[in-house]
Amino acid sequence: MKLSGWGRFPVVETQLCAPRDVAALQALVTGDEPVIARGNGRSYGDSAVGAHTTLDMRHFDHMLSFDAETGVLVAEAGVLLGDVIDAFLPRGWFPMVTPGTKFVTLGGAIAADVHGKNHHVDGSFGTCVEWIDLMGPDGQISRISREDDPDLFRHTLGGMGLTGVIVRTAIRLRPVETAWINQTTLPAPDLGAAMDLFEQHAHVPYSVAWIDCMSRGAHLGRSLVMLGDHAARADLDAKKARTPLDAGHKGAHTVPLDFPGFALNRWTVRAFNELYYRVGAWKPTKALVDWDTYFYPLDAVLKWNRIYGRRGFAQFQCVLPLDTARTGLTELLEAITEAGAGSFLAVLKRFGPQDSAFSFPMEGYTLALDFPMKPHTLDLLDQLDAVAVSHGGRFYLAKDSRMGAETLRESDSRAAEFEALREARGLKEHFASAQSERLSL
Amino acid sequence: MGQAIAHAFAAAGHPIQLAARGAAGLDTVQTDLALRHGVDVTLHEFDVLDSNGFGGFVDGLPALPGVAVSVVGYMGEQAENEQDQAQAALMMRTNFEGPAGILALLANRFEARGSGTLVGVSSVAGDRGRATNYVYGSAKAGFTAFLSGLRNRLAKKGVHVVTVLPGFVNTAMTEGLDLPEKLTAEPSEVGAAVVKAVQKGRNVIYVRRIWWLVMAIIRNIPEPVFKKLKL
Ligand SMILES: Cc1cc2nc3c(=O)[nH]c(=O)nc-3n(C[C@H](O)[C@H](O)[C@H](O)COP(=O)(O)OP(=O)(O)OC[C@H]3O[C@@H](n4cnc5c(N)ncnc54)[C@H](O)[C@@H]3O)c2cc1C
Ligand SMILES: NC(=O)c1ccc[n+]([C@@H]2O[C@H](COP(=O)([O-])OP(=O)(O)OC[C@H]3O[C@@H](n4cnc5c(N)ncnc54)[C@H](OP(=O)(O)O)[C@@H]3O)[C@@H](O)[C@H]2O)c1
Repeated sequence: MKLSGWGRFPVVETQLCAPRDVAALQALVTGDEPVIARGNGRSYGDSAVGAHTTLDMRHFDHMLSFDAETGVLVAEAGVLLGDVIDAFLPRGWFPMVTPGTKFVTLGGAIAADVHGKNHHVDGSFGTCVEWIDLMGPDGQISRISREDDPDLFRHTLGGMGLTGVIVRTAIRLRPVETAWINQTTLPAPDLGAAMDLFEQHAHVPYSVAWIDCMSRGAHLGRSLVMLGDHAARADLDAKKARTPLDAGHKGAHTVPLDFPGFALNRWTVRAFNELYYRVGAWKPTKALVDWDTYFYPLDAVLKWNRIYGRRGFAQFQCVLPLDTARTGLTELLEAITEAGAGSFLAVLKRFGPQDSAFSFPMEGYTLALDFPMKPHTLDLLDQLDAVAVSHGGRFYLAKDSRMGAETLRESDSRAAEFEALREARGLKEHFASAQSERLSL
Repeated sequence: MGQAIAHAFAAAGHPIQLAARGAAGLDTVQTDLALRHGVDVTLHEFDVLDSNGFGGFVDGLPALPGVAVSVVGYMGEQAENEQDQAQAALMMRTNFEGPAGILALLANRFEARGSGTLVGVSSVAGDRGRATNYVYGSAKAGFTAFLSGLRNRLAKKGVHVVTVLPGFVNTAMTEGLDLPEKLTAEPSEVGAAVVKAVQKGRNVIYVRRIWWLVMAIIRNIPEPVFKKLKL
């Protein structure tokens, strides 16, 4: 069948299988064709699309144990982060690290070593992973951790499913007092101001900025910097304090049809402007926000990827090291506004230090933005790649759908080592995605 | 589908008794239900073909349940069901005789208690026999009629009966079939629909509304036309 990632580009012919138990999974992994695991398909490009066979892991969705003393949850890889929140937030626990959507599986979160708004203080998802049960090319499951086969463990975090199939994992959750977040929104008139705000607020657990990519010249990088922290019980009013761990459930709406391509740009820009000027008037604004609205604003619109229409879209996400970030980001934003490739929002985030084998984050600034697939989009993306590479940046494979193999190697010297590990352990013939073939990993 | 229904009830705070062949193999399902929803979950060995064992099975439950759901079913291959009598009999026993038998027993216990809800998962396939799956369909038709009669009998006895006609559902039974997306429900939708039907005392439910329309049309096609159709 034809399969793609969240960006609906590229669309690849693959055989999709959904094993229901370990024996069925083993049979597929040890078969003749190379396989790749797929979680909930929230990576944008082709990382969860098999060049041959794709293993839908969502039947592996059982929670296996929870230790209320340590907050360690053992669960199968197909459990969604949203299910973890549903089950454990009422008992006072929240994921240590969460990406901008709760519809990711634990397997996907590990394989992409996802980051959240708290990367600068807590690191990436890997920091909360105690161990992983990984199925190797022979179909055997081994428990790997920082103590047992640390090399394979390190490469499985951020390994994009290319080191084996994650079957089970133990992750540590974070104790929280409430289901609410204290949010502060600060307007920044330009890029420099936004970066200064990140540095000033380095101690605040959550931070992220929305950049308005329409603004140019002196306003280049005009942003809203959003800070947040888990609210304590004392922060709640009497009504909320009665059920501090229950913020009520919001409904979700589904985007019914493919939108014409222009809809999203107008919509997001209008939303941004409205917020910016409202905030600007009262700067800074503080608000008590429920966890779902704070962490997952896009999840309120199910299947929002259809908003870009049938041709799909690509997401560009790079990270630039601290010393080149300011000039590099300026160049990237200039290239984007100049191309007039539409007008949309970008997300900017400060990463803290990270030591990892093949994960995306490193200390510096990461910029992420969507581009609807139009005739010149791929050229613009190549241009952005070049700017990022010349500033020592690298790219997020969970977002990539089109980068070339040379660009990967120019941007990330670790690729060679990753490939060598795949060779040495006989992983290359057994685990392959459309992405790994494109990037010749 | 059974597990999804169990999740929906557990999420609403109900303790769960899971009955199945090889129940011990459901230990991860048991732990998962208990962890997610914080309810008691027990496992019970049960074979719908073993009618002699029904009494012992019911007596062995920790408590007579408030709601009992029969999800047991088996579709087989129509071609095989046509040619192989033993296979056809297994199909009819699994979809009709067995589920009707266990619900009959529970109905009597519920009646004596004066409360409870019985849920039978039947199928739209029972609404009209079609060449492509009438053996299965006829067994489901029998089960649907049984549920209807049971509901009628118990209506004044404080016991309610819900008939569920799920339409297509994305489960192991339909794996590999090319089902139309708009007509195909996820198991979780069935779970939510069953809990709602029990809470609201509904009689017969289709999970996706559209199935009511589809079946109304299919039931109303005149037989001279219907018999020539390929459905
Ligand atoms: C709205 C939105 C916001 C996002 N925000 C962020 C963000 O803030 N930060 C961030 O880091 N990411 C973000 N992402 C990206 C997303 O978190 C990652 O792509 C994540 O990996 C998706 O998880 P998934 O379960 O859908 O995995 P998939 O997309 O299905 O797979 C992703 C990768 O994981 C591998 N994989 C999945 N399951 C297994 C398994 N069981 N065993 C081995 N490998 C496996 C796949 O092979 C693939 O390489 C966002 C995505 C969306 C759509
Ligand atoms: N999927 C659909 O599109 C669809 C549509 C309409 C109606 N239905 C009906 O919905 C119900 C659930 O089906 P499903 O889709 O969830 O398929 P399923 O996974 O195959 O479920 C059928 C269940 O019946 C059990 N069963 C079979 N024979 C049994 C026996 N002798 N004793 C005890 N249990 C037995 C099976 O248990 P084992 O695991 O031990 O085999 C299995 O759990 C069935 O009644 C089916 O006919 C399904």
